[in-house]
Amino acid sequence: MKHPIFSAFIALSLGGMVALGLLLTFWEDIKMLLSDQFYFSLFLAVAVLGGIQTAVAYFILLERKISAWIQDRFGPNRVGPVGLLQPLADGVKLFLKEDIIPRHVDRALFVFAPFMAMVVALIAFAVIPWGGEFRWPWMAADAEPLVAQVASIHIGVIYILAVGSMGVYGVVLGGWSSNNKFAFYGAMRAAAQMLSYEVPLGLTVIIGVLTAGYLLPGPEATDAMRLEGVVAAQTGGWWLFVYHPVVALMLFIAALAEANRAPFDLAEAEQELIGGFHTEYSGMKWAMFFLGEYAHMITSSAFMACLFFGGFLVPSFVPGAEWINTSDAWLAMIVRIHVLAFKVLLFIAMYMVVRWTLPRFRFDQLMRVAWKALVPAGMLLLALQVLIIQFGWSQWVALVGNVVIFVVMVVASVLVSAGSPITGRQRSMIERDRGGLGANAGLQHAGL
Amino acid sequence: MPGYNMPGSDWKQTDVVVVDQPELTLFERSYLPQVLGGMGTTLRHMFNVAKRSKNVVQYPEKKRELRKEIYRGVHRLNRDDQGRVACVACFMCETACPAHCIHIEGAEAPWEDREKYPIKFDIDELRCIYCGMCEEACPVDAIELTPEYQLVGQSRQEMIFDKEKLLMVFDRTKDDKPRKNPRITGY
Ligand code: SF4
Ligand code: SF4
Repeated sequence: MKHPIFSAFIALSLGGMVALGLLLTFWEDIKMLLSDQFYFSLFLAVAVLGGIQTAVAYFILLERKISAWIQDRFGPNRVGPVGLLQPLADGVKLFLKEDIIPRHVDRALFVFAPFMAMVVALIAFAVIPWGGEFRWPWMAADAEPLVAQVASIHIGVIYILAVGSMGVYGVVLGGWSSNNKFAFYGAMRAAAQMLSYEVPLGLTVIIGVLTAGYLLPGPEATDAMRLEGVVAAQTGGWWLFVYHPVVALMLFIAALAEANRAPFDLAEAEQELIGGFHTEYSGMKWAMFFLGEYAHMITSSAFMACLFFGGFLVPSFVPGAEWINTSDAWLAMIVRIHVLAFKVLLFIAMYMVVRWTLPRFRFDQLMRVAWKALVPAGMLLLALQVLIIQFGWSQWVALVGNVVIFVVMVVASVLVSAGSPITGRQRSMIERDRGGLGANAGLQHAGL
Repeated sequence: MPGYNMPGSDWKQTDVVVVDQPELTLFERSYLPQVLGGMGTTLRHMFNVAKRSKNVVQYPEKKRELRKEIYRGVHRLNRDDQGRVACVACFMCETACPAHCIHIEGAEAPWEDREKYPIKFDIDELRCIYCGMCEEACPVDAIELTPEYQLVGQSRQEMIFDKEKLLMVFDRTKDDKPRKNPRITGY
């Protein structure tokens, strides 16, 4: 039996036995450590990092599968059962690939940029409340409960916004240091896009936080700046997207743009910019950009889920919802983590379907969507939420306001643009009818 | 269609149809129905397992049925009925080839019925774009594209097919795709 799989199996089981032995020997100390918030956070950080990296690998597989299904194909289905080991094969391939650093690049920044993109995307989820409060069974019933969250800081929402917008640094540095005009165009586009979509993103997040603060009982209102506070505001009541459906939609759009995903992926528009900012990258560095992009997607999905879609809560019609949502048993915590993970999965599947459905925006359209639609609508809705809080109106006014503003925006945009050309083809049709150079000017010129 | 063979010579204005883009209605201008309809389409395809099971050919295990008459795969050099290479080294194919991947060296033919034959005939299968121009150009139908498409090699040198290799392709494929026309003689 010299088969490598066999030896690997023996090595794994030996390792497992050693680990189990260590675990049993030091079980009391481990219990102690896990009861301490600091060490538990440390443990959770490692677990979540590992989990997210695995998830990223599998989301890449999922993306390839979804794109294949949409195009009536099967997608990768050769490595392992239905292709489930494909991420492993991809990883091996990327590690073994030659890692080319072109001679004309700014070496230090060129190497640094992918790490920047990935690290920034990875640190953002420190404040995501994965599982709420709980106690281990060996802890006293009145002990301070642990929080299944890496860092429960007061300004969680601001932290996410700040770190999330730093994601563009990786892209800009990568594009700039490549010393290649296409990479540079991609980076500039990414920067402009990120700046524009920060604004609607910030507005929608403020609306969410204000609403959560209004729903929380008086003295806890400042908790709304923590993501777990926002989730707490939704416990036992309606989730915020019920009050603010349009705001949730705007947040989704802005998050798409922030994550550089289609239809907002102008930074890497293959047809015009080769690869955009990652034109000069190859091998593992190239993969890091993609790990960063997918990690960013996971973070922004979790953020969205917490802000507007109840975070780790399950809707009350689910059996046992009361126990899952509020119990401090560790089992409930595990269930809550899975609930949040499921919501993240749904959002990411939505990201992917959107990517494989909608064509990419033109750059002016991209800017128009941000500045002429999302920003004004966001400001109006923010003003509405402020009025609701100031005059103590029912929160349901927000729903009415959302619907009204949505309808007004749609009707206004249709009326304003009515009759004006949308595509270059239509513009040339109009010019031809006016008698100027028209759509078939070339044919007329040729004497036809 | 008149004028098909000589484009540009006798086109008529009526042959040219200028298609106007239809104006969008107000409803369509809001883009919402289009976006939602598009998502509906992609989702419908995404969950349509039956369709992809029916249409996808799982390649190495199953293979597509080719239309052997017109499939443009690896080249072959035909043999005439006496087993000699049918090519008369006229260089038509080399001239016609848009990828410049055919290289021929002609020599005086040892046979009575033609003047020249190729002593060297190389096709770089990696540069070839499989357009079939060579087949169209050949006056004696000596070069043809075959339904063979599994073309692998470990070096670029190996992928430059010489005369022997091309004749071997003919021997391999002549049952699958018989030679199109009998030899035109009289040279
Ligand atoms: S198929 Fe086209 S490209 Fe290939 S050898 Fe013939 S003429 Fe050249
Ligand atoms: S066109 Fe035909 S006959 Fe002429 S050189 Fe090419 S293969 Fe030979």
